[in-house]
Amino acid sequence: MDFDAWPVIRAVVASLLLVTLAAGSAIIFIWMERKVAGRIQDRLGPTRVGGKFGWLQTIADGIKLIAKEDIIPAHADQLLFRISPYIAFVGVLLSFLVLPFGREIVGLPMNIAAFFMLSVLSTEVFGIILAGYGSGSKWSLFGGMREAAQMVSYEVPRALCVVIPVIAAGTLDLQLIAQQQAGFFWNWLIFHDPFQFLTFWVFFTVATAGCKRAPFDLAEAESELVAGFHTEYSGFRWCLFFMAEYGAMFAASALAVTLFLGGWHTGLFPADFMPGDFQTPLGILASILSVIVLIAKSWILVFVMMWIRWTLPRLRIDQVMMMCLKYLVPISCALLLLASLLPLTWNTLRLPGLRFRNPPAVPALPARQQNPAQETGHYTAALGPSFREHQPDLTGGEPHELR
Amino acid sequence: MSFADFLFWIVALWTGLSAVMVVVTQNIVRAALWLLFTLAGTAGLFFLLGADFVGAVQLLVYVGGILILLVFGVMLTAQGPFVNLRAGAGEWAVSIVVGLLLLGLLVSAFLMTDWRFLPAQPPDPAHSRYVNDLGLALLGSRDATPPGTLPGAPGPEPAERSRVAYLLPFEIVSVHLLVVLIGAAYLARARRRRGART
Repeated sequence: MDFDAWPVIRAVVASLLLVTLAAGSAIIFIWMERKVAGRIQDRLGPTRVGGKFGWLQTIADGIKLIAKEDIIPAHADQLLFRISPYIAFVGVLLSFLVLPFGREIVGLPMNIAAFFMLSVLSTEVFGIILAGYGSGSKWSLFGGMREAAQMVSYEVPRALCVVIPVIAAGTLDLQLIAQQQAGFFWNWLIFHDPFQFLTFWVFFTVATAGCKRAPFDLAEAESELVAGFHTEYSGFRWCLFFMAEYGAMFAASALAVTLFLGGWHTGLFPADFMPGDFQTPLGILASILSVIVLIAKSWILVFVMMWIRWTLPRLRIDQVMMMCLKYLVPISCALLLLASLLPLTWNTLRLPGLRFRNPPAVPALPARQQNPAQETGHYTAALGPSFREHQPDLTGGEPHELR
Repeated sequence: MSFADFLFWIVALWTGLSAVMVVVTQNIVRAALWLLFTLAGTAGLFFLLGADFVGAVQLLVYVGGILILLVFGVMLTAQGPFVNLRAGAGEWAVSIVVGLLLLGLLVSAFLMTDWRFLPAQPPDPAHSRYVNDLGLALLGSRDATPPGTLPGAPGPEPAERSRVAYLLPFEIVSVHLLVVLIGAAYLARARRRRGART
């Protein structure tokens, strides 16, 4: 075996960091959820374990859960019952791989990161459906069926809503999308045009539903289904489902932050303030700061999800489906159409006022030195000079200025 | 053996093992679970080859779509708690014949290919990671035919084709799928009998 050990070590360290982030943020989120729920319901929430604010409540609960007996019902399908929590958790963890926490701070730089996140987040659902089916219990089966129906429907508007900022950015690479939003906060894609602004809210709603959070938590629905798909689970396997759920909340929020809310940029300082290289002390400091900024922004969105959960009542399953198929899908289709037509018409008709231009310049990738105008040249020339003007930069390289 | 080769063998063996398990498992949902491992392993092979887009499509379409629909269908239609499949003798015979034919086809293709002309070096990540080439080729603004001679391709020169070679079939398939979707929705809609109370 003559392989370079360095990439392997790097991969192991990166995976360990990501697992720690997923599990560690779950611990904090569960504590946060209790405090938020308590405050919204005019209670205090946990107060005793670990001092004043009940900091260590989740740790205590975690120890209790790990020490619990791992019960597998006699009627359950042993293999499916045992393996489904891991499938759910792995699906969420994979989405952390391509999440950019800062410039060059990403587990796996990928050209199609946004698409990859969508595809692996859909894997999580499979674990939950298998858990519902494999438990051999009616409550779990109903929970699993609801989850399947809900997720198959909600994936459509979620994918459509991801495409809309991707159109504005001209790339699927989450790192490039985030770099394009450097500078002050009006560079963020949510303020790119009115349709992006609307898309953010639709995306956030759909992402909340995708994490099966209230008011869309029909898969659990304690009032009707005991605990839905995880009725039969106990101990560490149950714990894994919760880590998957909170991990998915974090992943969906971080995706929303990266696509719409400027990624790791504070939005208060120009990007030059944070060069983010690893050569100078200032650069290292800026990198650490960017990681903190991204995590803090995502936590704020997770907090909003909790706020929604403890404020709104749960919908019925038919209302959940109707909301998706009759409202969210048409709305996101219309937004997609309008968001693509707006810059096209505005630039073609040379309307006054707004000028849609490509987002701020992005440092060209070193691996790709071709000239984008040359590549698309023969195609755009056939369509006339007006087409060339608003031809989006498809190559991810240096965008050419639009008039 | 490089680390990439090592990973390839792990993933390939696991994929093959799961594929065998899909066939021998009688419980249909367990078979779906093994199918998940097979499809995810195939996606893993795509990722190892640097074809990120194809791997992600594999995950999205098969794992996120087809497998979920499969289990959903079983949950909606099953009479008992767990569904077992029992194949009859005729089905065994047909499947063995079809399987052997497919195996023969694959083996003959493997033997007929001149493997010496395939590029031996690992794919260039700087080139293969970019999905923009695919998109531009689909739109017809760039020719994505690989350079050089390909085994099995006729002649040394790449075949002539129009610039929108992929766009038109893609659109036709999309419209076709839309027709199928609307037809399915029409057939499955809740029929209200005339005069029935709502």
